[in-house]
Amino acid sequence: MFNLEGYGHLLLEGAKLTILVGLFSMVIALALGMVAALCKLSKIWILDFGAGVYTTVVRGVPELVLILLVYYGGPTLIQDASGFFGYDVYVDLNPFVAGSMTIGFIYGAFATEVFRGAFMAVSRGQIEAARACGMGSVMAFRRIQLPQMWRFAIPGLGNIWMVLIKATALISVIQLPELMRNADVAARAIRKPFTCYFVASLLYLLITILSLVFQQWAEKRASRGVRRE
Amino acid sequence: MDISVIIESLPDFFKGTVLTIQLTAISVAIGFCLAILLSIMRVSKNPFVWMPVYGFNFYFRGTPLLVQLFLIYYGSGQFQDFLSTVGLWQYFREAYFCAVLTLTLNTAAYASEIFRGGIQGVSFGEVEAARACGMSGVKLYRRIIMPAALRIAWPAYTNEVVFLLQASSLVSIITLMDITGVARVEAAQTFAFYELFLFAAFIYLVLVYGVIFLFRKVEQRITAHLVHEAK
Repeated sequence: MFNLEGYGHLLLEGAKLTILVGLFSMVIALALGMVAALCKLSKIWILDFGAGVYTTVVRGVPELVLILLVYYGGPTLIQDASGFFGYDVYVDLNPFVAGSMTIGFIYGAFATEVFRGAFMAVSRGQIEAARACGMGSVMAFRRIQLPQMWRFAIPGLGNIWMVLIKATALISVIQLPELMRNADVAARAIRKPFTCYFVASLLYLLITILSLVFQQWAEKRASRGVRRE
Repeated sequence: MDISVIIESLPDFFKGTVLTIQLTAISVAIGFCLAILLSIMRVSKNPFVWMPVYGFNFYFRGTPLLVQLFLIYYGSGQFQDFLSTVGLWQYFREAYFCAVLTLTLNTAAYASEIFRGGIQGVSFGEVEAARACGMSGVKLYRRIIMPAALRIAWPAYTNEVVFLLQASSLVSIITLMDITGVARVEAAQTFAFYELFLFAAFIYLVLVYGVIFLFRKVEQRITAHLVHEAK
């Protein structure tokens, strides 16, 4: 069944790219989420406000619309803007870059809430104790809050990863040859759409199952220093 | 920024918005009923009852909606002969039907897991008291368990509805002219890409926060008797 009249390898190649684009997006999401969470927790109101706008707007717009906006709208917007200032800049976005940046940008908003909750879950006494030992606020953050925050963040981040990897299927719309796109190509070539999409769905399922196993391992590892009742 | 393009396509965007709301409302309505049924099956102790539901939920929650949509819309073509003999082909040929079917099954899977959490969160004392009053089976679920479970699950269910509203944008890929579909077609004709997609994004933003507002109102209503306890 998996040979798919010679198109099986195409799906496997696609799955590889799906994981790659997923990981790339996740790194962007984590970085953005961390920065925005710190902004939300900061006492400078403009940072808090900016991060609030980011999470509110991004979570209210479908991924597909944002992907289309960035991929098709991005280059023309830059062209128009540069034309306005008297330059002529021509930009051609690569689907991999445009897709993973958009997905990362979207899930960064979800990661923000996870990180914010996790930072707040680290008990206040820990930070006070660190400050009492003479650590500055940056050092206390780096040595005390940051390492302990992960235990609270991992379940939430795991969920985000699960949703994110499925969202990468949307990048097929801008012709990135990932799993969904290649399933499409194979379906057209051998005229067995059900078989091809079904195999693709099983590959997504496999990625989900492996991610679940990894998440359980990571959760166990992150809480190994915690006594259980 | 070319505003005139947006103004000219306002009537189309209006039709698209109606379609988006229609697709979401139908799928949410059918999906809700299906999810209630599935969640009750899901908490059953009989493996022949809960295992199929678990499998269904795992598949629909573990694969992208786009794959499910293509599987039903394009995939059904592989069984054209069979579907024609059963008389279902006329439905599967329609993008609208396939879109509603996919969105319904998808939301039923997600919502039934949310409701399952609600059912398991109902305090056992309430169930025990109902049993002591002589209720069992359907009556117990209808009068005691489901109302309490829905109150617990409501905030999470609000999120699910919001996700479904956003996910409905995928139907534009199978040629339906919802908000995203209108933006794509107009953009291809006028090359006003960012204006149209930004406008589409704006409509979704309004719809999403409208849905959230509506569901908060319902939440306030169904938990009105708990407000004093919380304070």
